[in-house]
Amino acid sequence: MKLKKNIATSENGFIFNPSTGDSFSSNPIAAEILTLMKAGQSAEDIKTEILNRYDVDRAQLERDWEDWVMQLRDANLIDL
Amino acid sequence: MTTHNKTLVIAVTALNAVDNPGPGVAVIRALREGFGKHIRIIGLSYESLEPGVYLHELVNKTYQIPYPSAGAEALVERLQYIHGQEQIDVVIPNFDAELYNFIKVSARLSMMGIHTYLPTGEQLDARDKINLSKLGKKHHLFVPEDNIVTRADDLKKAAEELDYPMVVKGKYYEAYIAQSEEQARKYFYQLSAKWGLPVICQKFIKGTEINVAVLSDGEKAISIIPMRKLYITDKGKAWAGITIEDDDLLQLASNFVKATKWRGAFELEIMRDPDGKPYIMEVNPRFPAWIYLTAAAGQNQPAALVKMALGEKVDEFNEYQVGKMFIRYAWDHVTDVSEFQQLSAFGEL
Repeated sequence: MKLKKNIATSENGFIFNPSTGDSFSSNPIAAEILTLMKAGQSAEDIKTEILNRYDVDRAQLERDWEDWVMQLRDANLIDL
Repeated sequence: MTTHNKTLVIAVTALNAVDNPGPGVAVIRALREGFGKHIRIIGLSYESLEPGVYLHELVNKTYQIPYPSAGAEALVERLQYIHGQEQIDVVIPNFDAELYNFIKVSARLSMMGIHTYLPTGEQLDARDKINLSKLGKKHHLFVPEDNIVTRADDLKKAAEELDYPMVVKGKYYEAYIAQSEEQARKYFYQLSAKWGLPVICQKFIKGTEINVAVLSDGEKAISIIPMRKLYITDKGKAWAGITIEDDDLLQLASNFVKATKWRGAFELEIMRDPDGKPYIMEVNPRFPAWIYLTAAAGQNQPAALVKMALGEKVDEFNEYQVGKMFIRYAWDHVTDVSEFQQLSAFGEL
């Protein structure tokens, strides 16, 4: 799963898809994940980093991650 | 002649910057940005309450011109008089309904020294709503199926082919989405009373509305700017929009130019369906009202058209800023009744 190449993100969580003109606002954790995704990190590496930095268990993270990916897909932001 | 040595006099129509705006004011704004102080803008208006008439920082002088229904001769006569006063270099007509007359008299205008940059009458007809489906089939472009209706009783047959919801369109302007035969009949009578026959029934396509402003030289597109509508008024007009990056749309516009050999400005109204297919819903044979966005994004189409009209070579633009937005606003411009009286009584302001 990769963020589409031309998706623009900002540090404050604003996401812009230049192909469609759609824009989205995200919360701080989503903005952090997007930055890691843009840097080319794998899903597994990102999850590990979140587990290390936040008080969350693996099962909860996996559930949230699935939901996150679904949102990205619905928003047409990732390459399928 | 180059566009740098003298004050260019450019006449522009469609100064009706109202809730369903004509493109004139946006065209002028782009021209002023493109040519700086070296232009004089002559407004050509049909009605006394076209807001652009009173925007003197944009329009130097306005003359009323006869309605298109008065015919081409009346137009030439009036332009001859205005030309005598102003020595017009280029005229840019911006209304669909006036284009037939302007195209018809363009050779005579040229002899007078007034340049235009317009498509041919055949090209204008080919992209007409009535012929658009045929044009799509001929050039393998996605155009929604349609059915041309001249009697209300034919709506049933049209609906059998196209199903509901069905788009019911006026010959020149306006479109409604009919959910039932009852609604379709209502819109048929409404539109035929206002715009005449036929009425066009078109298959409803659900998707994202995108418009593409194009300037072409008869062989290739000089400029192509796609814009996604972000806020749409109840008349279906973009009140806010953003430039987008979409290679498919650039290719579609290029293909359209190659297929039709279009010369001049036009706008493609596109509906991108959920599968990504870009359907051409309409082709407007002129600049759109949001044309200033092309200048803001780095491809000043009105300024380029003026140069092309004057015979200058204009290279193809190949870059524009993606993510450039426009947000239209309403503004109460205040003027004195004496201005209104001047234009109403003497046809000049």
